[in-house]
This record gives sequence, C-alpha cells and structure tokens, in this order.
Amino acid sequence: MPVDRLSLLLLAAAIGCALSVVTAQHKARKLFMVLQQEQARAQDMDVEWGQLQLELSTWATPARVERIAAQKLHMQMPAAESVHHIRIGQTEGVVTQP
Amino acid sequence: MNYTSSKQSTGLTALPPWRSRLLFSLMLAGLFLLFARAVYLQCIHNAFLQEKGNERYGRTIGVAAHRGMISDRNGKPLAISTPVESVWVSPQEVDASHGQVARLAHILRMPAGEVASRLADTAREFVYLKRQLPPDQAEKVVRLGIAGVALQREYRRYYPDGEVAAQLLGFTNVDDRGQEGMELALQSRVGAEDGSQRVIKDKRGHVVEEVESLRLPKPGADVTLSIDNKLQYLAYTTLSQAVRQHHAKSGSIVVLDAKTGEVLALGNYPSYNPNNRDGATAELLRNRAVVDQFEPGSTMKPFTVAAALEAGLVKPGTLIDTTGGQMTIGRYTIHDAHPDGVLTVAQVLQKSSNVGAAKMALSLPPRVFWDDLSADGFGEPTGSGFPGEAGGKLRDYKTWRPIEQATMAYGNGISVNLLQLARAYTAFANDGMLLPVSLLKLNAPPQGTRVFSAATAREVRDMLELVVKPGGTAPLAQISGYRVAGKTGTAHKLENGRYVDHYVASFVGMAPASNPRLIVAVKIDDPQGTQYYGGQVAAPVFSTVMSQALHMLGVPNDAPLDNVIKPTGEIVKEDT
Repeated sequence: MPVDRLSLLLLAAAIGCALSVVTAQHKARKLFMVLQQEQARAQDMDVEWGQLQLELSTWATPARVERIAAQKLHMQMPAAESVHHIRIGQTEGVVTQP
Repeated sequence: MNYTSSKQSTGLTALPPWRSRLLFSLMLAGLFLLFARAVYLQCIHNAFLQEKGNERYGRTIGVAAHRGMISDRNGKPLAISTPVESVWVSPQEVDASHGQVARLAHILRMPAGEVASRLADTAREFVYLKRQLPPDQAEKVVRLGIAGVALQREYRRYYPDGEVAAQLLGFTNVDDRGQEGMELALQSRVGAEDGSQRVIKDKRGHVVEEVESLRLPKPGADVTLSIDNKLQYLAYTTLSQAVRQHHAKSGSIVVLDAKTGEVLALGNYPSYNPNNRDGATAELLRNRAVVDQFEPGSTMKPFTVAAALEAGLVKPGTLIDTTGGQMTIGRYTIHDAHPDGVLTVAQVLQKSSNVGAAKMALSLPPRVFWDDLSADGFGEPTGSGFPGEAGGKLRDYKTWRPIEQATMAYGNGISVNLLQLARAYTAFANDGMLLPVSLLKLNAPPQGTRVFSAATAREVRDMLELVVKPGGTAPLAQISGYRVAGKTGTAHKLENGRYVDHYVASFVGMAPASNPRLIVAVKIDDPQGTQYYGGQVAAPVFSTVMSQALHMLGVPNDAPLDNVIKPTGEIVKEDT
C-alpha cells in the first residue's frame, strides 16, 4: 500500500532526525568544552602577560637602571655644558653653534 | 451451519450493550485523566518543575574581569592588576594533622598557633586565612591537600615605580576599586565589573553549555596618562634630594608640556610605597601639588606686569620709582628687602620688587586686575579632574581694599595650587594662549584661550629671562645651552591667619625661552636650613630637571653651551 510505505519512510526519517539531534547536541557540548578550555588558556596567558609586563617594568625601573649604570658600569651623567644637541635631517628648531 | 451460526449470534447478542458503553467511557475517562495530568504538568505547574530541573544541572557562575592597566605616555605600566589567591577555610570541614597545620603556617608565614585557632573556629563557615597570596605560594597550599582549605582568586594592584608617582596614581582597596588619586578619578574607566552566567554542568563538573549570560563581565579599559615615566623619576629624585638637603617639610614639582598642557611629571616628597601602604599617614597620601593651596608670593608678579602691559599703562622700559623700598597704604607698609631706586618694569620683575609690583597693580581698576587674574585661571580648579583639587582663592574684586590689591600683586592674599600656577605660565610660553591641563595623553594639542596679546606674552618672557641673569633673583636656574625664563617666589607661610617666619620657596620657569617646550614648577615647603629663598632652594631643582628633561626630549639648543654666567656677588634676594 503506497500510504503505508510513505508512513514508514516518514517514520524512519523522523527517527533519523531525532538521532542526529542527539549527536549534534553531544558534539556541540564537546566543542563547547574545548572552547571553554581554550578560553581559560587565553585568560591564563593574559594573566601571565600581565605578570611578565610587571616583571619587565620592575627590572627596568629608572632607579635600578641608574644604580647599575653608576655602580657596575661606572657610567656617569655628562655635565650639561658638554652635551650639545644637533638635529639631522630636520630643520625644526634653530641650532646655534657653541 | 445454520444452527451454529444462530447459536453464536445468540451468544453474542446475549452480551448486554451497556458493557461496551462502560468500557468505552472508562477508556475515555482514562484518556481524559492522562490529558488533564499532562495539561497540569506542562502548563500550570511547568515553571516550578522547570526550576527544579534546572537546579539539578544548571549553575550560576561568576566571570571574573580585571581592572585596566594605567600606563605612562610611552606605554610603560604604572599600575597593573595581577591575580593573587586568597586562602580561605571552612572550619567545619577541615581535617588536618598537626604536621599539616605547621606546614600551612610555614607557607603562609603566619604563627602556627594562629592558624590552628582559626581552623578551630567551627562556629563560622567561612574564614580567610590570608588574603592576596602570590600564585606560587598559593600552589604550595593546594599541594598540601588539606580538606576544607580552598583558594579564591582576587586581583591585586601593583605599582612598579613605587613611591615615584605614588600620590598621583593613588591606590585601590582590597576589592580593587580606586580610593585615591588617578585610580579614583578613572574608576569608571579602568574599573572592572565581574559578570555572571548560567551554565549547564555535567556530573564531572565540566561546563557543557552556556544557557544565558546574566550579566556581561565588563573588563576595565587601559588608560594612558600624559606622564612620562623617565621625567617623573628625574623630577622626583631631584626634588627629594633638594628637600632633604634643605631639611624642608615637603616639596612638590610639576612638569608641563608647554605646547599641549599635558602633565609630564607631577611628584611630591616625602612619599610612600603604594605597594605596601603600612605606616603611610594621610599626610603622605595627599597629592600636595594639586590638593594643597599656598600663597604663591612673587611667582604671581609676571601676571601683574602682564595685566599692566595689556592695559597699556606701562611698557617694559617704563620707569617706576621704588626709592626707599617701602610704600605706605593706609595703616600698612609694603617693604622691599633690598631697596633700589628707580627701576624699569623689566627690573621690577628681575629684582622682584614688591613696591614696583604693587604700584602697577594699584594703577589698574580692581575689576580689570581681577578679570585678568581670573582669566589666567586663578580662583578656580584647573579642570585636571584630579580628586580633591583645591581651586585656590581669588576674592571678589568688590570686596578688595587697596592694600589687598597691592599685596595680591606679589602673591599675598591669593592662593593657588602648584599645578594651577604652572598652568597659568602656559600663557607666557604660548604667546598669550592659556592651555587646559591634562593628566591624560592627548592626540592633538587642545584649543587654548587667549588671555593676553602675543606681544605682551613675549615682552614678559623677555623680562623673565632677565630673572636668571646675574642681577636677577635666580642665576642658579640657568641651563647650559638653553635660554631660560622664570620667576622665583618666597612667601611667608600663613598660620592661623598670621604670617610666620616659615617660608614657601618656589620657582616656575620655562625653556628654551625662544620657543618654550617645557614648564617646570617647583615648590619647597618650609626649608629649615640657612637658605630659604626661591632662587637658592627651588631654582637649582628647576635647572637640574629642566636641563636633563630637554636632553631626554632632544630639544635643540637655543643658546651657546657656555651661556651660563656665574653670579659675581651675592644672589639678589627677593622680597618675601
């Protein structure tokens, strides 16, 4: 009977759909978990970046740089009289010769 | 066959018809019951059941957001939040051996007795053991594996530069909300708000689905200040040396970009370590450069001269008689510390004569003088947005007595904050245009307001150059290779309405004078040594900071390198 065959076909299709909804849901949840892990990783990296930045700026504080330059490298600030600024390739500002 | 069929038919017909009807109605009733139950569950009782269901697998979790970074104009972090862990316990669930407690106390650097007593406090369900622990220590706590001891992530603010910009940046409380300074001013921008969301968790505790976001987390935005970290350090260290050398009570310094009005450095000494505020008094926390007002003294004189020039009453060469070094107005007498004879307007500034300035101020109608001072930004906050900024005091001209108008000419009877004073000098640096100050980095120079003509501004600048020449009050402010224009100030402090023999020494100057790039204002409060004049105490701070700052910024020289002329005699002392 053609009607019965159609019903069977529709029934099979309905069951197929239902099963694929279940698998899709499962897959979605698995992917979501992966997303969550990646997001957590991104946040951890963000945190680490902040800590590294903090570390960098702590090592590079002017106070520390100055101390090392003066004590370890025996450098000193030249007197203002011995520093002359010149501009190369720019005409801005008037440079007077000493 | 016939009989059989008749027999059967009689058997069937023997069934009474009510039986089938009963069966039918029973089935109908059953169906109806089922239907009614379905309606009850699906429609009427639905909300309650849904809620119960959600409770089984749905969870509301917090989404942490952290406070934005505050950086200097070159992107160097000045304040940054990083996560720390707080250790808390649920005493009722704690099950720890003596050894574990001892090890826990060792990691937390707390006395073992105290840890034990907190663990034993079973009346409470939640006790913090220690807040804000660095991550590596927190990990050790977890590795002990004591039941009932757990961690809670929090954010802590760090200030890599420590005390250098402490009062400017301010600080946050334990919940990472701004309490003082820029942290407070920028709270709405850098402040973060944690969000929350509803999720579905499986039985292993994994989040498998995000149902809805209840509140979106709002992470704080990063903010770039106008401060230059290197200039800030330079200004702070130079200031701290001067304050210690002169045994002063405190000192403040402001460095402004003369072209944009941006604050490049703003420091106070003494200071405190914002990373560990133990023992920091309210006195130390205050940003004196912005929050404290003081009588500026002679650093006001250029504005008096500009007002007189602008009104067309004097020219730079106009002679003013200051013979005798005093002047009597009513019951009061104004003194000059070093009486001179007849001075030009330029010399009045150079030698900082009170009598000369007072005469110029008295030649102006009060209204005009008030209008000019008010236009220069005195008497109202600078608009920097710094919390608690003191606007300074400029009284209404209608209430002025002549003596007050005279003393205001040299900065008595008027009060300012240091930032306001530095900002007012942008008018001289910018050919008459007063710029708004900004603590945030600007992308383009702001629109200024014209307060005097370009000619007046240049004339005053030329006069201010004489101040640092021999014969002026601040030869120590000279800088090799650059022309400097500036003004000293030495004012008696007011205590309980009376002037006392304690002083505020100040210097405000700009360089290169031919086309000013920076303005530096220095204030030293109550120098206790033998020196207390602005030209002796504040001017050297100015010249050190300005000279190195100009080098750092690569500003071309506008004078020969041997331009510094050492004063031959004693430095001219200004009037106090």
